[in-house]
Amino acid sequence: MDIATPLFDGTLVRLSAINHETDPEVEARWTHDEAFMRMMYTDPMRPLSIFQVKKKYEELEKKMAERNELYHFRIRAKEDERMLGFCNLKWISWPNGSAYITMGIGAAEDRHKGYGFEALRMLMRYAFSELNMYRLSAIVAEYNEPALAFFCKAGFSVEVRREQALARDGRRWDAIGLGLLVDEWKE
Amino acid sequence: MIETNLLSGKLVRLAAVDPEHAESWAKWHTNSEYMRLADMDPATVQSVKSTREWMEKHLDDWLEHEFSIRTMDGDKLIGTTGLGGNLKQHGDAFVGIGIGEPDFWGKGYGTEAMQLILRYAFMELNLQRVSLDVFGYNERAVRSYEKAGFKLEGRMRNMLLREGRRWDLVFMGILREEWLAKFQG
Repeated sequence: MDIATPLFDGTLVRLSAINHETDPEVEARWTHDEAFMRMMYTDPMRPLSIFQVKKKYEELEKKMAERNELYHFRIRAKEDERMLGFCNLKWISWPNGSAYITMGIGAAEDRHKGYGFEALRMLMRYAFSELNMYRLSAIVAEYNEPALAFFCKAGFSVEVRREQALARDGRRWDAIGLGLLVDEWKE
Repeated sequence: MIETNLLSGKLVRLAAVDPEHAESWAKWHTNSEYMRLADMDPATVQSVKSTREWMEKHLDDWLEHEFSIRTMDGDKLIGTTGLGGNLKQHGDAFVGIGIGEPDFWGKGYGTEAMQLILRYAFMELNLQRVSLDVFGYNERAVRSYEKAGFKLEGRMRNMLLREGRRWDLVFMGILREEWLAKFQG
């Protein structure tokens, strides 16, 4: 890897900006999938209209411009440019070199095909080699076993287990915190 | 009979936050040791005017569950404590506490204020648990939190860089049942 090695262009996927014309319709569809929404977010799940998604994108870009603590990318398939999902580096603390990662692959048929894992590898390289982060963190709900396995496969370690911090489906679940230090990161 | 003294202890009581307190808040900011125990962001100073404006703006969101800590003896404003996070959906809150007046450090004022806000969290807000994070170099706070019933839940390794050293971000929590067994048994 050197300066010429593309940051945003992988073998299977690209990291790109929001496309305000075509992305809202696709994402609005994802928000109607309860399984996806409840794995992705701990806030109450709620389907969004195309109009609401457009507004959300505008707020997101405004936040990125105003406060220098969030990087957001859309994940696209190189084979046909379709939007697969999105990923973020957020809550960036520049003095401490720390950021949190979130990522989602929207359609069930696009999961477990290596798209998400390549996107994660690209996002880690971006965080460590371009933003000069020292550590990355992720927070995963106990019931989201695929996400836990996903981050562990990428080298993250479980560091924190906040017992019974989440309530869903009439029972309580732990919130699990994971971390990866730059020394542990393997390109 | 219900508790009529929910917010008062022996040393301190929890009272309202008032933009009139901006002068004290701004003064606390000038103590870098206090700010480095309270915040991961760089310590910095803040004018009374901007502090007051921030307080006025955020009384109903950031400060919705925030209290002033006042001494029982003399009614002096010595710090603040508050709850934040996804209280309603998940019944979990992060608690923050700061004694801005260093004369009142290490004398049980903070520990009692924490006991009071936990009582409020469990007996009035009906939370299922309360969480906190604390910096690895703040051993005095960890001991105080242990006295209030918190247990260690993990450490985010090397999260902070201060004075050229890396320090963990330490997570602690207390469950409703644990608090009931310890303090209401």
